[in-house]
Amino acid sequence: MSKEKHPLSDYLREDRMPHMWCPGCGIGIAVSAFLNALKQSRYGQDDVVLVSGIGCAGRVAGYVKLDSFHTTHGRAIPFAEGLKAASPKTKVVVFSGEGDLMSIGGNHFIHAGRKNMSITILCVNNLNYAMTGGQVSPTTPAKAITATAPFGSFCQPFNLPFIAEAAGAVYVARWTVFHVRQLQKAILEAIHKKGMSFVEIISPCPTLYERRNQMGTALSRMNFYRENTVIKNGASTKDAVMDLDKPFIVGKFVDDDSKLTYLEAMNEYYDTTFSCDANYHTYTGSKI
Amino acid sequence: MKAKLDGVLTGVHYMDGDQAACEGALAAGCRYIAGYPITPSTETVERFAQRIPCVGGIFMQMEDEIASSIAIQGAVWGGAKAMTVTSGPGFSLMMEHIGYAIMTETPCVFVDVQRGGPSTGLPTMPSQSDLMQARWGSHGDYDLIALCPNSPQECFDLMICAFNFSERFRIPVMFMMDECIGHMTEKVVIPHPDDIEITPRRYTAKRPQDYLLYGPCDDLVPEMPEIGKGYHFHITGLTHDERGYPDMTVDAQHRLIHRLIHKIKNYKNGIVMVEADDLDNAEVVVLSFGITSRIADRAIIDAKNSGIKTGKIRLKTIWPFPDELVKNVSQKARAIVVPEINAGQIVREVERAATDRCRIISVPHYGGGVHRVETIYDAIIEGAKVE
Amino acid sequence: MTKEIRISGFGGQGVILTAYIIGKAASLYDGKESSLIQSFGPEARGSSCSAQLIISDEKILYPYIAGTDILVAMSQSALAKFFSEVKKDGVVIYENELVDAKNISTLGIPATRLSEEEFGKSFYSNVIMVGYITAVTGIIKLGSAEEAVRTSVPSHTVENNLKALETGYNFAKNHA
Repeated sequence: MSKEKHPLSDYLREDRMPHMWCPGCGIGIAVSAFLNALKQSRYGQDDVVLVSGIGCAGRVAGYVKLDSFHTTHGRAIPFAEGLKAASPKTKVVVFSGEGDLMSIGGNHFIHAGRKNMSITILCVNNLNYAMTGGQVSPTTPAKAITATAPFGSFCQPFNLPFIAEAAGAVYVARWTVFHVRQLQKAILEAIHKKGMSFVEIISPCPTLYERRNQMGTALSRMNFYRENTVIKNGASTKDAVMDLDKPFIVGKFVDDDSKLTYLEAMNEYYDTTFSCDANYHTYTGSKI
Repeated sequence: MKAKLDGVLTGVHYMDGDQAACEGALAAGCRYIAGYPITPSTETVERFAQRIPCVGGIFMQMEDEIASSIAIQGAVWGGAKAMTVTSGPGFSLMMEHIGYAIMTETPCVFVDVQRGGPSTGLPTMPSQSDLMQARWGSHGDYDLIALCPNSPQECFDLMICAFNFSERFRIPVMFMMDECIGHMTEKVVIPHPDDIEITPRRYTAKRPQDYLLYGPCDDLVPEMPEIGKGYHFHITGLTHDERGYPDMTVDAQHRLIHRLIHKIKNYKNGIVMVEADDLDNAEVVVLSFGITSRIADRAIIDAKNSGIKTGKIRLKTIWPFPDELVKNVSQKARAIVVPEINAGQIVREVERAATDRCRIISVPHYGGGVHRVETIYDAIIEGAKVE
Repeated sequence: MTKEIRISGFGGQGVILTAYIIGKAASLYDGKESSLIQSFGPEARGSSCSAQLIISDEKILYPYIAGTDILVAMSQSALAKFFSEVKKDGVVIYENELVDAKNISTLGIPATRLSEEEFGKSFYSNVIMVGYITAVTGIIKLGSAEEAVRTSVPSHTVENNLKALETGYNFAKNHA
């Protein structure tokens, strides 16, 4: 019996399949979108490293056939920054979840934006901590029920595109896993930006979030995304709030990578400062 | 291999321990530091920030110590030799990433310029109270190497050892200075690069199809892959098999942890560095390390002048601990005196190795200063008494 | 022979550099041992500042000074704080227009005014003090002090600093 080859088999660790994600989870769609974007991009398989934190989306690093790093909880971004600084030619992509990147790793996120390190951050936002059993995450909408908010969350959630823009991201987009083509295009754009680019990927968590909040199956959630998202490219990120069961906007909100990246700024500065110093060379990496 | 010319400030200098540690790192090939300002360690990164543009590397001031301690590991996998520098409170924040470096076998150096604690404690005053933290601070079982210099010169010399050990064993090495050594200025002689031996990174020469990420060599240390060379390797802090893939089984845990511990344990004799004097006929032996060893030396001279046969063990490596040496000494001496600027940490190791064969006298000091010579001298006199 | 030296004053007077130059001269150019510790009391990053310097023919073990052979006071509070540490045969050197110590010492030098007169700013008062200490204590050789200054200050200030060293040194010789 001949076995059909998966179109992404060159980019997946097939010896690690089946993966550990639940039926109906959107992370697989997000991974496909990323890998398809990568195939279309100017990067070869050896030009890219993928860095994940901890959580369901953190497991992405284990399934892609790239040099990949499954780091500690919340610290994918500083790991990625160190790697990028040592090896500036490498394209560094962070792929993780909203609990990992925006709660425990939230400070690293805003500082990566300030530094404008040239990394791409792909954030799967499924509105709760899934791997640990569905607790409140920084994006859980008010009134949504989770394991640690059994009567509904009473805090206002983060609006991730707004934070990303405020922190200084050069590219900010949000799509759901229903918007596969737009998502893939956004990732393709994001990985070619210089500076910190950010794509929020809204995904269902049918096992925990949707079930607890009686939102139906993964399929009905996809329908919700279709019917309740408003594509609004160029919208103000202030308007990207997500309320429980209310329509929300998706699209590309920020796209301007004209400002200097961390390494560009450092080199521009030091090229002048040390112009008379024979020992100085423009920094190109610190491989042994 | 020999040190690279561009990082080595060959000559005779007058510099403090913090700065000498920086020069040692540069000589050892360190080209990446991520750090966060904290007294009394800041002078090391300040010097690095000043020196590095013309040496060819990069300094990044991070948002906190947690970021610093993982950014260096990203840099190592990006191809650099890297370290981070901190003091007590920052060291506490870094603990998880010591474990990550152990688990992923990432060679790097953590510098802790010890100050009084717990908590904010005594930011500008010395202590030696982070030694157990260095050994046991990250959760789980592991083994590692910790070095303890007692002069600015040794901050340079031992820093090169620290980087060499980290590469040789693929581990994080703890460099345990203290405020007094860090802020002490003395003569520091930096040799010519040809006289500095550097352990290169153990990059694999195998082709990707023949290579196993955590397939150990005979000495239990696996070779490292370079990024971007087609290995498509996967690094994780989860318990993993030789491919690097997560494997959450009793068997995988046993094999991995056993190897991580024994790659150090089996080579302990090649790691342990002590300065030992007059042990053969000693009635009393003083065991000390770091700044305290210099006070102890003064007390030993005074005790000898009083007619007491006094021996000396000075630890340059705190971890692994020289059990055998202490055991041998305990069979001959009447007492071992252990002064340290903490409530009694290393004395526990001495007690463990000596197992009641001789008297062990702890001479604790809670920090903020160093021992008075007389205090150690009195302990030697006490130890010399025949019970 | 071992000499224990305390140099103290306000932050910004160059107290640490004064100690550094003397320590370096002794260690690198006079062939002695020297060990310098900057005192970081809780107040050390603020206004007051002090350094402990030991110069010896032997290996220095204990890093702090036990008593003071030479106290250099660049401020009144430094004198008040550290005078009690001075040994019986110890000497006190002071900035005699900033510090009132006439009843306890004759080794005063208006280092700040001399710097202002010669260079138009108080910037060089610390190296003037080094010259004066060199002359009145003989703790380091003048040639070594010059070499230590040369290798310790920013290159564009070497000339002025060497002049300052000479100023302090000559002041001692002229007011002996």
